Amino acid sequence: MLTILFDGIAYGMLLFVLAVGLAVTLGLMNFINLAHGAFAMAGGYITVFAMQKAGVPFLACLPLAFVLTALAGAVLERLLYRPMYGRPHLDQVLFSIGLAFMAVAGLDYFVGSSQQNIHLPEWLRGRTEIGDGAFLLGMGHYRIFIIAVCALLTVVLQAILTRTRFGSRLRAAVDDPRVASGLGINVNVVFLLTFAAGSGLAGLGGALGAEILGMDPTFPLKYMIYFLIVVAVGGTSSITGPLMAALLLGIADVAGKYYIPKMGAFTVYLLMIVILMWRPQGLFTRKGAR
Amino acid sequence: MSTPVTTTRDWQAPLMAKARWRPWEFVLWAAAFALPLVFPSHSLMVNEIAIVALFAMSLDLILGYTGIVSLGHAAFFGFGAYAAALFAKHVMPDPTVGLVVAVALSALLGLVASVTILRGSDLTRLMVTLGTALLLLELANKLDWLTGGADGLQGVVMGPVLGLFEFDLFGRTAAWYSLTVLLLLFVVMRHIVHSPFGATLRAIHDNRLRAMAIGVPVAARMVTIYTVAAAIAGAAGALLAQTTGFASLDVLAFDRSADVLLMLVIGGVGWLYGGVAGAIVFKLLQDWLSSVTPQYWMFWIGLILVLLVLVGRERLLRPWTWFGGGRKA
Amino acid sequence: MTSATVSNVNDAPVVLEAQGLVMRFGGITATDNVSLQLRRGARHALIGPNGAGKTTLVNLLTGVLAPTAGRIALLGQDVTRLAPHQRVARGMVRTFQINQLFDAMTPLETLALVVSQQQGLTRQWWRALGSSKAVAERAGALLEQFHLADVAQQKVQHLAYGKRRLLEIAIALACEPRVLLLDEPVAGVPPGEREELLATVAALPADVSVLLIEHDMDLVFSFADRMTVLVNGALLTEGAPDEIAADARVREVYLGHGEAAHG
Repeated sequence: MLTILFDGIAYGMLLFVLAVGLAVTLGLMNFINLAHGAFAMAGGYITVFAMQKAGVPFLACLPLAFVLTALAGAVLERLLYRPMYGRPHLDQVLFSIGLAFMAVAGLDYFVGSSQQNIHLPEWLRGRTEIGDGAFLLGMGHYRIFIIAVCALLTVVLQAILTRTRFGSRLRAAVDDPRVASGLGINVNVVFLLTFAAGSGLAGLGGALGAEILGMDPTFPLKYMIYFLIVVAVGGTSSITGPLMAALLLGIADVAGKYYIPKMGAFTVYLLMIVILMWRPQGLFTRKGAR
Repeated sequence: MSTPVTTTRDWQAPLMAKARWRPWEFVLWAAAFALPLVFPSHSLMVNEIAIVALFAMSLDLILGYTGIVSLGHAAFFGFGAYAAALFAKHVMPDPTVGLVVAVALSALLGLVASVTILRGSDLTRLMVTLGTALLLLELANKLDWLTGGADGLQGVVMGPVLGLFEFDLFGRTAAWYSLTVLLLLFVVMRHIVHSPFGATLRAIHDNRLRAMAIGVPVAARMVTIYTVAAAIAGAAGALLAQTTGFASLDVLAFDRSADVLLMLVIGGVGWLYGGVAGAIVFKLLQDWLSSVTPQYWMFWIGLILVLLVLVGRERLLRPWTWFGGGRKA
Repeated sequence: MTSATVSNVNDAPVVLEAQGLVMRFGGITATDNVSLQLRRGARHALIGPNGAGKTTLVNLLTGVLAPTAGRIALLGQDVTRLAPHQRVARGMVRTFQINQLFDAMTPLETLALVVSQQQGLTRQWWRALGSSKAVAERAGALLEQFHLADVAQQKVQHLAYGKRRLLEIAIALACEPRVLLLDEPVAGVPPGEREELLATVAALPADVSVLLIEHDMDLVFSFADRMTVLVNGALLTEGAPDEIAADARVREVYLGHGEAAHG
C-alpha cells in the first residue's frame, strides 16, 4: 500500500510538471490550450532522439528538452497563439485540437507510430525496499529521481513567483492585464515568457515521463484529459492548487488501477465529474478567483 | 399608462418571416430523397451523411443556440447506437421500435447528464462533457460481455422497416430510412428554434443574466434542451447501428465528438442547416482525403480546423477578404 | 415633472421589504444591516456616494446575490430563497446600470420574447415566436412607445447607446412590473435622449412601485417622494426629500462634497 502511495506521488508530481504550464496559460491568458500535450510529446521525442542518435546522456537531455520546447513554444506563441487570445473559448478549443491533430499526425508521419523507448542510465534503474509485509515501501530509483526533480522544480517555480520581479509582474498580469499594462508592465513579454516556460516545462515533463508514461504519437490526446483534470480541479489561481490536484489524481489513478482494475480510469472520470459539480471553480481556488 | 398606445403596424409579419420555409429548402430535401434513386451506388454515403447531419444538428441545439460547450456529445450518440444494437439483438429486430427505445433511453441519459453542465465556466463544461463521454467509453470497454468490448457488437440483424421495407444490399432502404428520420426530427428542431422556447435558448446564450432578469428559468431550460439534444443524438447513433448492423467503441470515442464540432464549424453554428452543410462537406472531404492519404488525414483535418478558426469561416469562403479588411465579430 | 403619486403614500401597503440585509464578501461588508420598505405607488430614491453599495443592494433584492443574513419579502411573501427568475415572475423587475441586452437579437425579437415570457408562452416549442397576434401587438406597442420602431429590426449590438438604454427600460416595462428597480436609468445617455427617458420614467403607472438609484440630484428631487441614503453599505438616513436635503449629515457625506453629479 505504501508503494502504491509512493508510485502515486511520483505519477502526480510528473503530472504536475506536465500540467502546470497549462494552468498558468489558462489563468494568465485565459486560453484553453488543448495542444499542450504536444509540447510534452516533443520533449519526450527530443530526449529519445538525442539519446539514440547523438548519444547525449540522459541527464543532459532534460535541460535540452526544456530549452528546445520552450523555444518552440515562444515561436508558436508569437505567430499562432497571440491572435487567438481574445477569442471565445470554443474557438480556442477547436484551434488547439486542430494543432494537436497536426502534431500527432505529423509525428506519426516522420517517426512512425510505434512506442519509443528510453534506456535509462544504470544508476536510475533498480529499486530500494524498506519495511516489509503490508508496509513494504518499494521505491524505484527512477521514481525517487522524478519526485526529487519535480519537487525541486516546484520550489523553484514558487520562488520565482513570489520572490522575483518577474514573478510579481506575472501575478499582476494574471490578476488584471489592463491595469498591469497601465503600470508599465509589458504584458506581451510576460505572456511570451510564461507560455514559453510552460511549454518548456511540459517538454521537460515529457522527457522525464517518457519511461513511465510511454511515448508515442497519440500521447497528447491520451493524456490531455489528465492535464485538464489537474487544471480544472486545481484551479488556476496558484500553483499549489494544481500541485494538490495532480497528487490527488496520481494517487487516485494508481490506487484505482491496482485495487479495482476492472474499473480502471472510470473512477478517475467519475471523481472528476463529481468534484467539478460540487465545486465548479476547482477544489483549490481561493474564493472569488476566476 | 398601463394600456399603451395600440399599434397599427403589422409586427407579426417580420417575426414570422424567419420561421417560414424557403423554396430552396424544398428543393434540397427533394434532391436528398431523390439521390438514392438516381445514384443507388452512393446510397451508403447518403446514409452516412444523413446520420452525421442529424448528430451535428443535435449538437447545434446545445452549442449554437444555447451556448453549452460540449466536447463529449458522442456519449449520447454512442449510447443510442449500443442501445439500438442491443435491443435488436436481444429483444426485437424491428427498426422503428428499436429507434424509439434508443431515443427514450438516450433522453434519460441526457436528463441525468444535464445536471453536470448547469454550473461552472466553459472549461468546467468542457471537462465534464469530455469526462462523461470517456466514462461511457470506459464502461463500454469494461462491460465487454454486453457490448463486445473492443471487438464491437456484431451480428445485429434488422428486420424490415415498418414491416415492409427490407434493408437491401445497396443501402437504399437504409438511406431512405435515415433520411426520413432526419427530416422528421429536423422539422421538430426547426419548430423548436423558431418558437418562444427557442428564443429563450438564444437569450440564455446571449446574456444569461438578462435571461434570468426577464423571468426565464435558465437551469430548467438547459436541462430540457440538453435532454432533447441527447435524444436526437441517440437517434443518430441508433440509425448508425441499425443501418450498418454493427456497433463498436469508436461511436463513443473523442474523435466523434471532435468531428461533429468540426462539422459545425465548417457549416456554421446557430443555424440548423449548418449541421447539414458541415456534414456534407466533412464526409466528402473525409472520403477524398482517406483515399489520398489514408493514415494522415488527421493532419489535414487538423490543418483545416486551425485555418478555419484563425481565418473565420465567412472569410474563408471569400478569398478577397483574406488580407486586410474588417473581420466580422 | 413629478409623476402621479398615490395620495397617502405613507399608508399604502408595503410591497417590498428588506430586513437586516447583510452581504459580506470575504473581509468586505458590502451591505451592512440594511432595512428598507417600499410602499405601493411609491417613488423611492436610493442615493449615496459611489461604492456605497446601491447596486449590491439591488442585486440582493433581485436574487442575483444571496445575502449573508437578512430577509426579503415581496408583496407579503418571503422571497429570500427564491431564484431571480422566480422573483421576476412575482413582479419584481429591474434595469441594469450597464445595459444588459441581447446583442444578437433585434429589439422586436427581444420584446416579443419578454412579452411571451411574461404571458407564460415560452414553454411553447412548436408554434413560432410571432404566431401570437397579442404578443406581436404588445411588443409593437412598446416599440412605438419607446421610439424604437424605426430600429426595431436592427441587431441590438448596432444600436446607438441612447436607443439601447431605451430598450433596457422597455424590457423592464414589458415584464409588467409591480415593483420596478431602476439602476441609474439615465447614466451615460446623451442630453438629447434624456428627455425621452425622463418622460417615460415620469409617466410610469401610479400603482407600480419604483425604487430609483440615481446620481442626478435634479432627477432625484423631482421624481422622489421618499429617499434612502446609503453610505459604506449602511443606512445613513431615510425620509422625505426636503428632510434629506436639510439633513446636515447627508450634506456632509454626499451633497456637500460637490457631488451634485450630472450624468
